[in-house]
Amino acid sequence: MSKRIAIFRREHFNAAHRLYNEKWDDATNEKVFGKCALPNYHGHNYELEVKVTGKPDKKTGYVMDLKALSELIKREVHERFDHKNLNLDTKEFKKLNPTAENIAIVIYKLLRPHIDKEKDLHIRLYETPRNFVEYPVD
Amino acid sequence: MVYLTRLEHFNAAHRLFNPEWSYEKNEEIFGKCANENWHGHNYELYVTVKGEPNADTGFVFDVKKLSQLIRLHVIEKVDHRNLNIDVDFMKGKMCSTENLARGIWAELKAHLPGEVQLHCIKLYETPRIYVEYFGE
Repeated sequence: MSKRIAIFRREHFNAAHRLYNEKWDDATNEKVFGKCALPNYHGHNYELEVKVTGKPDKKTGYVMDLKALSELIKREVHERFDHKNLNLDTKEFKKLNPTAENIAIVIYKLLRPHIDKEKDLHIRLYETPRNFVEYPVD
Repeated sequence: MVYLTRLEHFNAAHRLFNPEWSYEKNEEIFGKCANENWHGHNYELYVTVKGEPNADTGFVFDVKKLSQLIRLHVIEKVDHRNLNIDVDFMKGKMCSTENLARGIWAELKAHLPGEVQLHCIKLYETPRIYVEYFGE
């Protein structure tokens, strides 16, 4: 039987955003994104679940030290996005529409270089309690 | 007397900023909540009314009507909006959760029919931060 096991860390951040494609006119943006395109922004309490999968280390019994994972998420994600306007305050979304999908992909790319290559990384991001995305998927 | 609660939710941007203070003082008091480009929340709104159940319907108040009143007079005004800029009943007020709850109370109070009394506005700014206002 495989000894692989998944560990999870949950963090959260609050941010403003709007969905807007600058190549489209306002009418098209409104048609596609509805009130998510409103010009003065709106916001969310984002809930982030980070999953790391792998074999526990023989000496520690850890897949990864959860405290270290928490600190990594705080440094790479929380400090970048918490209490920010994703469209205006972050370089990651200057040209990228900050949908939940894109935010999850960006978070994956921010965390991946800091996690052991032999471990798998998965991101689940809740934009609201009822809207959430996962990345990567098969 | 029975208390009846309806839960609604909305998403909005805001910032905490007192225009009579310097930028530094706002930063000192409100920290990152003062960020000039806003941040935002998923707000959860619990509206509680009270009354005696009607003998014919068994209802304190038709909860469908309560939902419609909340949507019309509150959610339509605040959902996917910027509370500081877009919301008429928050103009000139600090956009704290406390003041937002009081603003929502006033909006609903004005539109609820006489047979039912507003009891409480409970407003969650995050899953771990909420305020309650009883109209006192």
